[in-house]
Amino acid sequence: MALNTSDADAAVVARGVVKRYGDVEALAGVDLTVPTGTVLALLGPNGAGKTTMVKVLTTLITPDAGEVRVAGVDVLAEPQEVRRRIGVSGQYAAVDEYLTGFENLDMIGRLYHLGRRRAKERARELLEVFRLTDAADRPSKTYSGGMRRRLDLAGAIVAAPPVLFLDEPTTGLDPRSRLDMWDLLRDLVREGTTLLLTTQYLEEADTLADDIVVIDHGRAIAHGTADQLKSQVGGDRVEVEVADHAQVGAARAVLARAAGGEVGDDGGRRLTVPVAGGATAMVEIVRALDDAGVQLLDVGLRRPTLDDVFLTLTGASS
Amino acid sequence: MTSIASRPATAPRPGSQAPAPSGGASALLDGFVVARRNMIKVRRVPELLFGTLISPIMFIVLFRYVFGGAIGGLPPGVSYAEFLIPGIFVQTVVFGATITGSGLAEDMQKGIIDRFRSLPMSRMAVLIGRTTSDLLTNVLVVIIMSVTGLLVGWRINSSFLEAVAGFALLLLFAYAISWVMALVGLLMRSPEAFQQISFLVIFPLTFVGNIFVPSDTLPNVVRIVAEWNPVSTLASSAREFFGNTGGLQPSGSFPVENPVLYTLLWVVILLAVFVPLSTRQFARTTSR
Ligand SMILES: Nc1ncnc2c1ncn2[C@@H]1O[C@H](COP(=O)(O)OP(=O)(O)OP(=O)(O)O)[C@@H](O)[C@H]1O
Ligand SMILES: [Mg+2]
Repeated sequence: MALNTSDADAAVVARGVVKRYGDVEALAGVDLTVPTGTVLALLGPNGAGKTTMVKVLTTLITPDAGEVRVAGVDVLAEPQEVRRRIGVSGQYAAVDEYLTGFENLDMIGRLYHLGRRRAKERARELLEVFRLTDAADRPSKTYSGGMRRRLDLAGAIVAAPPVLFLDEPTTGLDPRSRLDMWDLLRDLVREGTTLLLTTQYLEEADTLADDIVVIDHGRAIAHGTADQLKSQVGGDRVEVEVADHAQVGAARAVLARAAGGEVGDDGGRRLTVPVAGGATAMVEIVRALDDAGVQLLDVGLRRPTLDDVFLTLTGASS
Repeated sequence: MTSIASRPATAPRPGSQAPAPSGGASALLDGFVVARRNMIKVRRVPELLFGTLISPIMFIVLFRYVFGGAIGGLPPGVSYAEFLIPGIFVQTVVFGATITGSGLAEDMQKGIIDRFRSLPMSRMAVLIGRTTSDLLTNVLVVIIMSVTGLLVGWRINSSFLEAVAGFALLLLFAYAISWVMALVGLLMRSPEAFQQISFLVIFPLTFVGNIFVPSDTLPNVVRIVAEWNPVSTLASSAREFFGNTGGLQPSGSFPVENPVLYTLLWVVILLAVFVPLSTRQFARTTSR
């Protein structure tokens, strides 16, 4: 498939990307587009091809087929120009353990050709942002896993690149560091950075990403916003737990009438029904049940989570 | 956490960035940055340098004092120490050059090569940096070896310039070997695998030669191989430059009569073949 003009101003465009390793087709024709200034999350189970895709996009491996443009530059034709415009943090932290945190970032700044003074300033700045100032002058060999991960991510944004690729950026971070990282990434995106990240945490994709591509066995099997994907596996449901077993029948009748959908049960006192109106529909149902004199123990609006999406989609494709 | 957005002025955009230096300049500048990084490691992990130094010192002591008396065929007026030490220099710098391969294999295993490959630096910079820092290590090694040699009876019986030429040729040859090792290291992907393969190459190369014994004491076929082995001609060149030959002009095959020229020829060929091969392999390789 050729790149069309509407893709021209997207930060990342990939069409029909194929990468084979012997018999394994790590990527079997992946298309994706990341509009400038947005966040795309690449979701997929282990071995789906996420890392391979990131490596293709970041010039580290050459695909067997396909077209790739990053920041308006053809990745295959002008990889060096692409490298000037991107920041990369791989799945495994690639910090030099014999160098201190400061030396690591300083070196990267020099290699981005920021200049000697600017590279040092930027290193100090990022060490502070990533809460590594206290450990700045210790060899990174002595860092904890999470500290190394943060140093590696700092390395990715040394040159404040317009396009950022992060392969599982928060794997191995504690909850506080993960929240901090999310804040930081949001800030970067607010400043105009385009971000493509892979993640195993669906919550992460949900909170950060404008768009999600689910890949499995080297193919993109679904694509959309978190909400679109969720509605693909079913919309909201109202779930009620009836207090008295004798009232389950009455409750079922009310639910069928009020919501109009098929009423499901868990074989006990718990009933669910799909609704269109979200919270409003729930209130109406509760009111109708109350009018009918049905006593409730519990009531709630249940939305499908990305976990449901992930399990449904990847379960279906394998 | 300090917000990064609170300092927008500090976020350079590619447009505001210094223009990228041109190809050749970038290779040298970036190479210097990488070399400095490698030297930091030598400073932080001195055991590594110590390891490279201890085995040649052991060789000097073993051969000088254990076998020294039993080795014949030396040119008249030349002590075994005088014959042996230049040979040990050769062995040491050639072994020293293998760090290039194990260093690259280690960086690849740890994903650092991938980091470098994602940066807008010159494609040759990592290899230039690596071979340069290993050359510097070898300079250090040669200095320490010379001191050890002088302590056990080695002497320089030539002019200052000749001696300098001797050291320069040793280092130049080792530099060329570094580029061979770079290719092997990039193909190996683990320092352990590299170590085993490089021993298979380096041991025969340094033992089937005239480092420890004069080659005319060797059995016929072995002698011919030893004579054409550039490691032997490097040792002969070094002995000539340091004045450790007893003034004897050797005669025989081309490499025996023209060791310096023959060694330089090898340096040129090795560099011409392995600089492009290693550079190409670097551009292709990815960790794991
Ligand atoms: N260098 C390689 N040689 C051979 N096969 C490879 C190589 N790299 C990746 N593969 C294969 O390609 C497929 C995709 O791998 P990839 O690393 O892209 O998956 P992933 O989605 O990143 O998985 P994970 O979540 O475990 O990181 C896997 O089957 C993997 O075994
Ligand atoms: Mg991966």
